[in-house]
Amino acid sequence: MTAQALSGGFSNPPHQSSHAFRAILESFARPGTLLTIRGAQPPAPLSVAAGTALLTLADGTTPVHLAGDADCQPVRDWITFHIGAPLVAPQQAMFAIGRWESLAPLSRFHIGAPDYPDRAATLIVLMDGLSNSGAHLTGPGIATKTLLSLPEIAAFQDNAARFPLGLDFLFVAGNRVAGLPRSTKVEGA
Amino acid sequence: MTALTQDPAYNFAYLDEQTKRMIRRAILKAIAVPGYQVPFASREMPMPYGWGTGGVQVTAACLTPDDVLKVIDQGADDTTNAVSIRKFFQRTAGVAATEATADATVIQTRHRIPEVPLHEGQILVYQVPIPEPLRFLEPREAETRKMHELEEYGLMHVKLYEDIARHGQIATSYAYPVKVEGRYVMDPSPIPKFDNPKLGGCPAIQIFGAGREQRIYALPPYTAVVSLDFDDHPFTASKAPHDCDLCGADESYLDEVIIDDAGGRMFVCSDTDFCAGRQTAGHRGRLSPKAAGKGM
Repeated sequence: MTAQALSGGFSNPPHQSSHAFRAILESFARPGTLLTIRGAQPPAPLSVAAGTALLTLADGTTPVHLAGDADCQPVRDWITFHIGAPLVAPQQAMFAIGRWESLAPLSRFHIGAPDYPDRAATLIVLMDGLSNSGAHLTGPGIATKTLLSLPEIAAFQDNAARFPLGLDFLFVAGNRVAGLPRSTKVEGA
Repeated sequence: MTALTQDPAYNFAYLDEQTKRMIRRAILKAIAVPGYQVPFASREMPMPYGWGTGGVQVTAACLTPDDVLKVIDQGADDTTNAVSIRKFFQRTAGVAATEATADATVIQTRHRIPEVPLHEGQILVYQVPIPEPLRFLEPREAETRKMHELEEYGLMHVKLYEDIARHGQIATSYAYPVKVEGRYVMDPSPIPKFDNPKLGGCPAIQIFGAGREQRIYALPPYTAVVSLDFDDHPFTASKAPHDCDLCGADESYLDEVIIDDAGGRMFVCSDTDFCAGRQTAGHRGRLSPKAAGKGM
C-alpha cells in the first residue's frame, strides 16, 4: 500500500457526504440533470465524482466490482483504506465502477429479484464527458423530455424493458454526475 | 427563519454515517422503482414508533447543513409532533427552520400535503404508519410481496367495490390507494384523499419512511400517480363543504373544530401556513376578529 492510498478522502464526512448524496439523489430523481459533487481525490482512473460517489454510498457492507483499468492497485488500496468494501466479481457486486466498454457484458450483474427488485446492482460509469445531447429520455422524474449523452442506446432500452427489474446507472465525468435509473425510457436521437 | 448551532455531542443529523449510507442506498433504489417498498434496517430513534421515526430517518439521511426545514403535523406547524421534530433537527443538525412552505427545501409531513404547490428542489418526506396498502386485506407479508410481484391487485378493487355495495360510494377517505406509473399500488400514507391529486406530476421529490415497518418508498418528480377507482364511480377529492372561518378560503382542506358545548363549530384550514398567509394578505373568514362585529 502506498502513501497515496491514505489521502484523498473526505475531510468532513458528515457534511461532504450529505451534499454529495443530495446531488446524487437529485440526479437519480431527475434523469438527465447534470450536477456537481466533490470532496474526494481518488487515484486515477477514478474521477473526483467517482470517488465521491463511492465514499458517499459504499462501505464494508457493499461488495464493489472494479472493471477494466479501474481494477488497479492504487484504486484497490484507496477503496480498501477509505471504504473497506469487499472487491468482488460482477456477479456478487452491489456497486460496479469502470468505463462503459469494460462493464460489458451487463448480464453479469444482479438485476434484482421479482419480489425484491431493489436488490439490483448500481453501475458507476466513468465517462470522458457528459452533456445534455444525444439520447432522448422520458419517464419518472422528467417533465416532458430531456437529453443525455449516453454511451449506447440499446443496452438502456433492454434494461428499461425489464422494469421493475434492472440496473441503475450513475454516469460520472470529472466532478459531474448524471443518473439513469431503470425506470427511464431511452430513445435514439 | 430561525437557525441554531449544532449540538457537538451529536453527529450531523443525529444518525451515524454508516446508517445514513444504508438509508441513502435504500432511498436511491426507492427512486429507481417508484412505488415499490424498499426494506431498510430502521434504527431506534429517540422518540416512540408512531411519532415519525421513519420520516425522521429519511430526513436525517437527506439533510445538508444548507437546508431549510419545515415540519408539519396534519398541516400544522405548531403541534407537538411538528415542534419536537423541528427542534430535534435544529439541535442535532443545526439547520434553519421555517414555517413558510415556499422557503423550505426539506418538508417533513405527517398526513398532509401543503396547500401551496411545491417546486423543484424541494423534498417532501412523509411519515408512514403502515406502508403496505394490502396489509388490512392480507396480513401475511409473504403473500402481499407475491401480490406486488405478480401485479395481483384484484383484492384492492374488491375492497373498493364492497365500499360501493355497502355505502353507495367509495367510503375510503384517507390513505386512499394509488397506482404508480401503472405498476405498483402504493399507500400514500394517511393523507386525506383531498391531497391525492397532488401526488402525481409533483415537481418535488416525495419520499415515504415507515420506521416500525422498516420500509422506504418514493415518487420521483413528475411521476404518474392514479387513484384507484371505477369507470362508473370515478375518484373524487372531497373536503368539508365550507369556507375557512378564519381566512375564507374555499379551496383548502378544512379541520372541524368544536368551539362550545352547544354544538357550535367552526372550520379552519388544516394548513396553518397557508391560512396565516391568507390572513396576512387581508383575507377574512366568517369568524375572523374584524368580520365578527357584523357577522355574528
